[in-house]
Amino acid sequence: MSRPAFTARKAGLIALCLLPGVAFVAVFTYYPMVRGSVIAFQRYNLFDLTSTPFVGLENFRAVLAEERFWTALRNTGLWVGLSLFFQFLLGFGLALLLRRHFRGRGLYQAWVFFPWAMSGFLIGLLWRWMFNGQFGVINDLLLRTGIIDTRIGFLSSPGWAMTSVIVANVWYGVTFFAIMIMAALQSVPRELYEAAAVDGASRLRQFWHVTLPHIRPTLALIVLLRVIWILNFPDLIYSMTGGGPAGSTDIVTTFLIQQVMGGDYGRAGAVGFLVLGLLLAFSLFYLNATRFERSR
Amino acid sequence: MILRRAAKTIVLGVWLLITVFPLYWIVITSLKPKSEIFSMPLRYWPAEVTFEHYAELFSFADFDLYLLNSLLVALVSAAVVTVIGVLGGYVLARFDFPGRGALMLAFLVTQMIPLFIALGPLYLLMSDLGLLNRLAGLMVVYIAMLVPFCTIIMRGFHERVPVALEEAAQVDGASRLQAMVRVILPVMLPGVAATFIFAFVQVWNELFLAITFIDSEDAKTVPVAMNSFITQYDIDWGSMAAATVVSVVPTLVLFAAIRRYIVEGLTAGAVKG
Repeated sequence: MSRPAFTARKAGLIALCLLPGVAFVAVFTYYPMVRGSVIAFQRYNLFDLTSTPFVGLENFRAVLAEERFWTALRNTGLWVGLSLFFQFLLGFGLALLLRRHFRGRGLYQAWVFFPWAMSGFLIGLLWRWMFNGQFGVINDLLLRTGIIDTRIGFLSSPGWAMTSVIVANVWYGVTFFAIMIMAALQSVPRELYEAAAVDGASRLRQFWHVTLPHIRPTLALIVLLRVIWILNFPDLIYSMTGGGPAGSTDIVTTFLIQQVMGGDYGRAGAVGFLVLGLLLAFSLFYLNATRFERSR
Repeated sequence: MILRRAAKTIVLGVWLLITVFPLYWIVITSLKPKSEIFSMPLRYWPAEVTFEHYAELFSFADFDLYLLNSLLVALVSAAVVTVIGVLGGYVLARFDFPGRGALMLAFLVTQMIPLFIALGPLYLLMSDLGLLNRLAGLMVVYIAMLVPFCTIIMRGFHERVPVALEEAAQVDGASRLQAMVRVILPVMLPGVAATFIFAFVQVWNELFLAITFIDSEDAKTVPVAMNSFITQYDIDWGSMAAATVVSVVPTLVLFAAIRRYIVEGLTAGAVKG
């Protein structure tokens, strides 16, 4: 597509059209981020704003010395890793099953799609009720089928709580993967399959040697976006367990929100920096790793 | 072959059941009388249907007010952000100008970094501007939150409109603005509607910013109100279930309307690249 060259006459139009959006983002997104990165080096407590001296790396030191932060960091690994693994696996399966057209496929997709209309907050509530230790339907079903004899306090025992929130997150995220992977599958040119079929390749071999190599770059990108998204997704945990019991379902982002709600903005800023660093480090590492694999 | 087909049907059926059951369960819970919600064994079909929890929402809790607040904030934010998106997307799609790439990058970066990373400073800013506990305050923050995504999406829609169409209109003597309103917008209307609905649903569902900036009773949105239903040890699950159903119905309807576009929007960037 040809774009008209930039001329002074058009500068006014361009500025006029972009100004509102840029202004909103600059004032309400970038300015707070910049201010936040300054506050991270200050003693800054909402309930005592009389003095806000610069304290160097004090906030970072305090956060890193806190046991709960390390627990949250470990939990973040579990939360992201396990959620992603099962979402990917089930989503891939679903995509393969939905790849070919069948009667009622559109309707089926519409139904399976519905969790996406709900917020993480509501999803968390839904599962909090189902995992209820006393009147929860999951306990009831497990009792009825004889899998357990006594109720499990899924959300009140530290051993079970993480599993429970991950189950809810997997339920929520499978559809996303299914949709993305279906789109990726559709991008594979039909001729490739035809050629492979002429060569006598079985279905499985076609999948392994035609489909997979073709969609791998897309899959890599989807996974990266997903990791970032799951990491930035405290909503479900917030409404399901609030990070409890005893911090057993805290992830770095719920930890961050607790710091903000506690009013210690200095520390919250430090946690924010650490989360950003984590995101950046992971993205670079991941991009590097997948590039390496592709060039091999 | 038949066996395979049967297996496929069963697997799909099971997954459908797993997906739909939580929704079914919350609806059923909202229709059960309290005595039945908290009695064992659980009933999978209510013996007695009641609307008392819905009635409670609107009598004891001011749920009608919260709904109205949510509706107002979502409508205004979505409308403003759609207009901003249409304008910004237009120049990003049609003109090459210095700083264009940097601007796109600046917008994309905000999509990777969660907004609540700056929740504290944002609170201070809102406080300085006197926007705490005000619906207008929520609106401006939501607009800022949605501008990057909506602008980038609208840029994509603009790129699909042939330049010739716009040029033809201009040859006929229409100004750029007239060409946009009379020729381009009608062609893009489905995309514009989808963007509006997407923004609406995002705002309707938003929690953390709202609970940070709002604690006065008359400015609460639905998620803020529902959040205050959560107490440390006890949740009135009847009312909570009813509130969940009431708050999710509008988004279900809207999402169903734009499902095609969401799928397209989600997949376009990743698959093309």
